[in-house]
Amino acid sequence: MKVFMTEYLAIDLARELWQCRRCDHEIGPARGNYKEGLLVYDRDPREIHRPLLDPAKYRLTFSPHPRWCRILEFYCPGCGTLVETEYTVPGHPPLHDMDFDIDALKAQWKDRPPMHEPAPAPADEPPLKRHCHGHSH
Amino acid sequence: MTQQTIDIAAESLSDDERALVDDFLRDNTLFLAPDREIMRNHAHGPRSRDEERVLSGEPDPHALNLVRGRLYAALDETYDMVEQMGTAPGAKWGDLVTGIYTARGDLSAISPKGVVVFSGICHYPIKFIAKYWAKDPTVGLSEGDGFIHNDSRYGNIHNTDQSMIMPVFHEGELICWVSSTIHEGENGACEPGGMPAAAESKWDEGLKMSPFRIVEDFQIRRDLLTYLQNSVRDPKLQYEDIKVKLHACVRLIERIRAVIAKYGKDAFVGCLRKNIEDVDAEVRRRIREMPDGTVRVQAFIDGTLRENCLMKWNFSVTVKGEKMILDCRGSCPEFTNRSINTTLASLKTCLATSYLIYIWPDLPHNMAVFSPIEVLTDENSLLDASFDAPNAMSLTPLFKSFSMPIYAMAKFLYSAPKRYTSVYASHFNQPFTFVYGGITQHSEVTGNFCADINGNGGGARFDRDGEHAVSPIFGYMCDTGEQEFNEEELPVLRLVSQHLSKDRMGFGKYRGGLGYEQMITARDSDVWGFMTGGTGSFHPSAYGLFGGYGSPAYPLAKVKDVNVFDVLKSNPRQFRFDMVELMNEQALEGATYGTYHMGMTFEPAAQGEVYMICQGSGGGYGDVLERDPELVMKDVEEELLSPDLARELYFVVFDEATLIVDAAATAAARDAERKARLARGRPYAEFVADWCTAEPPEDLPYYGSWDDPKVIWAGQGETRRQLDADTLAGIMMPNPKDLRIAELEAEIAELKRRQAGA
Repeated sequence: MKVFMTEYLAIDLARELWQCRRCDHEIGPARGNYKEGLLVYDRDPREIHRPLLDPAKYRLTFSPHPRWCRILEFYCPGCGTLVETEYTVPGHPPLHDMDFDIDALKAQWKDRPPMHEPAPAPADEPPLKRHCHGHSH
Repeated sequence: MTQQTIDIAAESLSDDERALVDDFLRDNTLFLAPDREIMRNHAHGPRSRDEERVLSGEPDPHALNLVRGRLYAALDETYDMVEQMGTAPGAKWGDLVTGIYTARGDLSAISPKGVVVFSGICHYPIKFIAKYWAKDPTVGLSEGDGFIHNDSRYGNIHNTDQSMIMPVFHEGELICWVSSTIHEGENGACEPGGMPAAAESKWDEGLKMSPFRIVEDFQIRRDLLTYLQNSVRDPKLQYEDIKVKLHACVRLIERIRAVIAKYGKDAFVGCLRKNIEDVDAEVRRRIREMPDGTVRVQAFIDGTLRENCLMKWNFSVTVKGEKMILDCRGSCPEFTNRSINTTLASLKTCLATSYLIYIWPDLPHNMAVFSPIEVLTDENSLLDASFDAPNAMSLTPLFKSFSMPIYAMAKFLYSAPKRYTSVYASHFNQPFTFVYGGITQHSEVTGNFCADINGNGGGARFDRDGEHAVSPIFGYMCDTGEQEFNEEELPVLRLVSQHLSKDRMGFGKYRGGLGYEQMITARDSDVWGFMTGGTGSFHPSAYGLFGGYGSPAYPLAKVKDVNVFDVLKSNPRQFRFDMVELMNEQALEGATYGTYHMGMTFEPAAQGEVYMICQGSGGGYGDVLERDPELVMKDVEEELLSPDLARELYFVVFDEATLIVDAAATAAARDAERKARLARGRPYAEFVADWCTAEPPEDLPYYGSWDDPKVIWAGQGETRRQLDADTLAGIMMPNPKDLRIAELEAEIAELKRRQAGA
């Protein structure tokens, strides 16, 4: 059974593997850090958040300062999907952000029916029916 | 003598001896500082004897439900009363709440539209009043009493918020408490408006009201009121809003009496307690539904509002069974002379509010949502500051505290078979607005803030874009105010009021909602000024989710040494009603242009000088390459996105004249970018071997842990220190003006040296 953990990651419970939800690439052991199975790119934040004010005239331009901020982009090696972005400080160890107890997860899903897609959000409230008195009655 | 020594000594005493010591200490207390036992316990208490009697007797659930409905109607009514009558800008635009607490002071219900944090924090001062004043012969507790307070060390978010707290009696017995709270703004601090970034000690922060009785027999005591009015810049505001809050509480009491008359006291008491117990049971059930494990997130705050430095907010959530632990250890230490510290109680209340707004918004709003959750902190840290640390601008870490559970819980909740709300990237999380002060065109002294603080952009959801400028991160029903109304009262003119400006968003498969741009200037007053109290000009404040990007970094922009009203009269075409055009073209003759970080302390503003800020965007969700090209085109059409970014970031190929997408070329461009990612991305092990450093970059002023939460780094260069997280001490920062003077003196010395040499 696969459990959908994020938009792009699933855990195959039987095989205890992190998998890409886009291409089924086997990223790595579910008991380990999934990031170790991804590709990483150190993105200069100015390439994403581009300067809107003229950098020749101003120090602060709407772009993050590259010495104060880097964006680590984690790509699936199978399909190139951008699985995670991590806004961090130069040199800071990447976070082991998801560290789940796989035995407990297996026990939890033992009696749950398999899901074919993530659960939907609760339905939006239906619009209120207004009781209107017009002038035409 | 330390608390530990006292505890050990107390353990060796007999019961009689201990009672004697307790009596002695009670009768000889020098100063009733905040009670540690109260202030460090956020959970609701056990049932009272009365609650146990009522609930063990199996009360009629229909009656309890009817009581609940009546109470919520009363809370809604009193919220509207305060909003309609309140004087503070915060009251006019929804930064307020009314609440009902059990006889023991546990929060049971708040006004449905209200700001949860204000009531969520009030159980602390109520418990203080009950413990210390109720039995004190010099104070006591009677029908018609009203207590005021604002000091966050006794339980508040920050000291611009003021509460009215009243006990409610039935046939002589205390049956509950009611409260009304408003973000009042002005409080007599060293800067006008109640949020002093320049405060270097708690004595600079204005009124620090421990809970005291200002209302007796439903009447405001004029002597104490006069003292308060005499301590702030806006005595009219101080008087009017105390009256408004008092009348809201009185109305709540009337409604409670009517409920008891109809359904009986037991149904009322049972309903209050059942509200709490039902939420507690449901939260535990929902925690059990989550996967066991740990999710770790972190955020960086890039300034103290006085200087730029990076402060780490370390956060992890661990779930095991029905237990949830939020671990904030390893975060930045407290600053002994900066006002951005927060107390633990304020932190917990904001974290609890995040759960109520963003994680389980369907639950009744009371404190039980957080009772099953444990919070770990380092004492004397930015997030759990000491009694002596200033905290008037605690919003700096607290606004982030709403985001931290959003980031973490998305990774716990994505897999859930049932969702209670959407999966959400972070809302924008900075208190961006103008705080102002001075003498108005009506010759009144005032100081307060603009309600634009409520215009934060919403985060993207897993199935749709974020809402633009939707609400503050701390509440969902607050408005941004009527500009014309403000301009009637204040010598402030909006040259641009609320303009959504392009390219300032969290990009992603679904993008964050934008904030809006504002241009503001002073008019009709020569004694006026502004401050801003934000961070995030170097390091973005709101991050994205699951591959989405965060918000950009927002600067403050100024055009000084010019009177824009003269320009508009003589040469209006020179002016640009757009921040980017105005700043990049620099067309106004003689004007001085500059951009600055968002933490501007109070600054006098001459008439016609222009100050510009942009409210922030929420985080984006998912990979930009998965964004529907038609949604990209919609953003271009609505001028939220420039065509260049549509091509270069979203890889959409389209005709710029018609905005018709070339689907095949777009698919090819996106495939090519995916291949480019595979080419430039490096295997993790290889990457971290080059990337990771043993400590923060040497030249970066950094505060907080790096790879080990037990080791706290503080400072930069040669003066950088390592601190033990278990024995943290506060950091004292140098005055930035002293540093600047030293820098200039060194330059002068160098110039003189060169001159002498020449």
